[in-house]
Amino acid sequence: MTKHHIQTTLNGDEIDVLVEPAQSLLDVLRDELHMTGTKEGCATGDCGACSVTIDGNLVCSCLVLGVEVGGRNIETIEGMANGDQLHPLQDKFIEHVALQCGICTPGLLIAAKHLLEENPDPTEEEVRYGLAGNLCRCTGYQKVVEAVLDAAQVMQK
Amino acid sequence: MSGPETATSDIVGAAHARLRHDSAVKHVTGDAVYVDDMPPLPGTLEIFPVVSPHAHATIVSVDIAEALRAPGVAGIFGAGDIPGKNDIAPIFSDEPILADGLAEYAGQPVLIVAADTYDLGRDAARLIDIGYEVLDPVLTIDEALEKGQFTYPPHSVVRGDAEGAIEAAPRRVSGEVSCGGQDHFYLESQVALAVPGEDRDITVHASTQHPTEVQRGVAHVLGIEINDVLVEVRRMGGAFGGKETQATGIAALAALAAALTGRPAKLRLRRDDDMIVTGKRHDYRFRYEAGFGEDGRLEGVKIEMATRSGNVADCSSGVMARALCHADNCYYLPHVRFDGLPCKTNTVSATAFRGFGGPQGMLAIETVIEHVAAELGKPVDDIRRINYYGDGGRNVTPYGQTVKDNIIVELTERLMREVDFEGRARAVDDFNAANATLKKGIALMPVKFGISFNLPTLNQGGALVHVYTDGSVHLNHGGTEMGQGLFVKVAQVVASTFQIDIDRIKISSTRTDKVPNTSATAASSGSDINGMAAHIAATEIKQRMARAAADHFGVETGSVEFRANRVYAGNESISFAECAHLAWRARESLSATGFYRTPDISWDAKTMTGSPFYYYTYGACIAEAVIDTLTGESRVLKADILQDVGNSLNPAIDMGQIEGAFVQGMGWLTSEELVWDEDGHLKTHGPSTYKIPGSRDVPPEFNVHILEDAPNMVPTIFRSKAIGEPPLMLAISVWLAIRDAVARTGGRKVFPRLDAPATPEAILMAIEDVRERANQLPSPLTGEG
Ligand code: FES
Ligand code: FES
Repeated sequence: MTKHHIQTTLNGDEIDVLVEPAQSLLDVLRDELHMTGTKEGCATGDCGACSVTIDGNLVCSCLVLGVEVGGRNIETIEGMANGDQLHPLQDKFIEHVALQCGICTPGLLIAAKHLLEENPDPTEEEVRYGLAGNLCRCTGYQKVVEAVLDAAQVMQK
Repeated sequence: MSGPETATSDIVGAAHARLRHDSAVKHVTGDAVYVDDMPPLPGTLEIFPVVSPHAHATIVSVDIAEALRAPGVAGIFGAGDIPGKNDIAPIFSDEPILADGLAEYAGQPVLIVAADTYDLGRDAARLIDIGYEVLDPVLTIDEALEKGQFTYPPHSVVRGDAEGAIEAAPRRVSGEVSCGGQDHFYLESQVALAVPGEDRDITVHASTQHPTEVQRGVAHVLGIEINDVLVEVRRMGGAFGGKETQATGIAALAALAAALTGRPAKLRLRRDDDMIVTGKRHDYRFRYEAGFGEDGRLEGVKIEMATRSGNVADCSSGVMARALCHADNCYYLPHVRFDGLPCKTNTVSATAFRGFGGPQGMLAIETVIEHVAAELGKPVDDIRRINYYGDGGRNVTPYGQTVKDNIIVELTERLMREVDFEGRARAVDDFNAANATLKKGIALMPVKFGISFNLPTLNQGGALVHVYTDGSVHLNHGGTEMGQGLFVKVAQVVASTFQIDIDRIKISSTRTDKVPNTSATAASSGSDINGMAAHIAATEIKQRMARAAADHFGVETGSVEFRANRVYAGNESISFAECAHLAWRARESLSATGFYRTPDISWDAKTMTGSPFYYYTYGACIAEAVIDTLTGESRVLKADILQDVGNSLNPAIDMGQIEGAFVQGMGWLTSEELVWDEDGHLKTHGPSTYKIPGSRDVPPEFNVHILEDAPNMVPTIFRSKAIGEPPLMLAISVWLAIRDAVARTGGRKVFPRLDAPATPEAILMAIEDVRERANQLPSPLTGEG
């Protein structure tokens, strides 16, 4: 199968990658670029484990083709911290123990970051709705919601 | 043996501290490596499983010739290619990893295609031609019972004469209730990577709760010795029992491909395949009869507990034992007959799932309790109270264990007081009086859960601890990390034992070459057995270090004290690192294994009697739910939990366990419905049709409290208690609250039959049934229908 050459921006870096026509962005990230922070929970767009943003829009990377992302701006969990400096959401997830097995965590963080960009001061209800596309089988969400609300407070300061 | 009592805390990260998960930073940065994230080794093959499309069929022909020529295919293997034995049964035997001539459930692996990529394997699989002769499948409990088909010989828990007691009792009820199974839906699906080594060595990186069983299974299947196989588990992306026995087959298939091709081989089940191919929670159908006095005190209880065990026994006998041993929950039942019927059906093997039969058994007895209350027209909590375990002979379980640590009365009363249960119940009444379409219900669920594997043999744990000459510590034990925080808890134990900061302790992956012959990390026992084993190992090393320090400073060994990262001897002190160096110079071994066996437990599987549990963990929850009587939809409005965890090793971790288990239990009882069609195909095999709770489904008001100052009565590690499973059963309160709401639609005159999960359909059917039966009752005014 002929591969396509894609040039795009990933976490601020210009990158080149060869992708197969049927390869999802999730597979490109994981298999071609070996950036395994983005997870596969279902590959059908129902669990949010593969969440990334493309040009600031929250998407399931399992539903996006690699060939579609040329010239875009993709952000993944690997780009969330600034070196050793964690993003406030990451700090708050740790502080509130909003994670157990951690495999849903990258997707939840990307979704939460997107939520706070759109709505910097959400209500609890809005957080619950904002994260409704991200499944977590371990935590029961309580601590996740608390962490996002707390991070929103910190980020507004 | 007496255990360590308490841990002091002039160090960072002692036992009882609220500490983050040890991998928390890696979890939030995406750096935590799960099996599928491991950097690919050159030449790694991916496995595509070819499964039976039929629930029951003879395999008459297999043609792989064309598929073998497809691009990228390294091999296609079936039962006939297995060099050892095609059997990974955990308890009994003849449980194949690949169907051998006979397919016994839709989704059973028949062949594996090992190819350069998963997609190439899947493409090649399309060229495979398997001929089946379809047989009639047995899909239901009734069909299996009619045929007398069981996966192992049924057993019962019996005390006294239940029939006689029911017969003689002033009042009687009987009925039937069912609960569904549950898919684990760990976010990381089943995965294993097998890497062949020198000679016939094989290393398996597996996502398993039971590395030893994977090691044994792989050795068995490949026809090699157990010491040829190394299994390593760093972390799992969730497990919940689903990776206890079910991970073995996955790992064995990967190992088979690796051994036969000489190349690394990975099997990662995609979500839908995972749900179709691997086992789930046991569904149950209960038929009960109970005799009781006018006050509601139970005299005799008989429950037939029938489950679809699936195509093989797997660990069903263990699950059933726990169901039978938890169908008393918190109640003293003088005369008992619980019959457990493990029906053999052409469905995927029912397997371990958090609670392991306990939730099902409790759901049955809670139904009985509620039915009794409805029959007598009394508040259900009065019926609970009068039947709780007490003293004076009313403290022996049907299987013969004396309940010595009972706190359920105080615990439930305290919770009811704290949430103003009576006031809340009145508010629910008021709401219902004012609303015709929406009806609210409220319910309390008490839980007593036995801790220890039912089978005494399994209650053993091992650890390996090294101290290096710079005072850093390497910690290894037989438990696995699935997100539950076991690793950090055990590290806290070791920090407390050595009195050093937790960051001096390296937490390492679970490996079968470090700690052999381990039990599964299951039955909530992870921190109990591994924590104690690690404590024993560390104590051994500490004694050697104390000896070296005593010699050096010329004091008695007994006067050497470890405190705040230092070692004190008389008037002098040295750092822990200096002491380690000193001990090395004095030729003391700074490495030790620790081994722990849970004391005082016994179980006779023949008579189903004994004292299998070292202690019980208690908890209670009050839940309030609302239903829409037109659509059948339900919402949980509020849940208040009071949970006993002994002296918690880590309250932050334990809180997460409580919340997560509750929500998982709630899913089981409300939205998670497994649907099979009449041919035995699972129709709900992905998150679009199988609904686990999401962030909007959990109670908007969710208050969780840990019972303070409640040390374990028995000397567990620092007097803590196991917590992994017990809170799952608190979610039964949600189902009871929904049933209460349903009962209100008939003015609480009849006892609703509500099966679990309480989906909108189930709720609507229950409402209809209640209304119909309530209408048929004689009217209190006219005496007519
Ligand atoms: S993996 Fe993309 S939504 Fe589940
Ligand atoms: S922490 Fe395990 S799925 Fe969310």
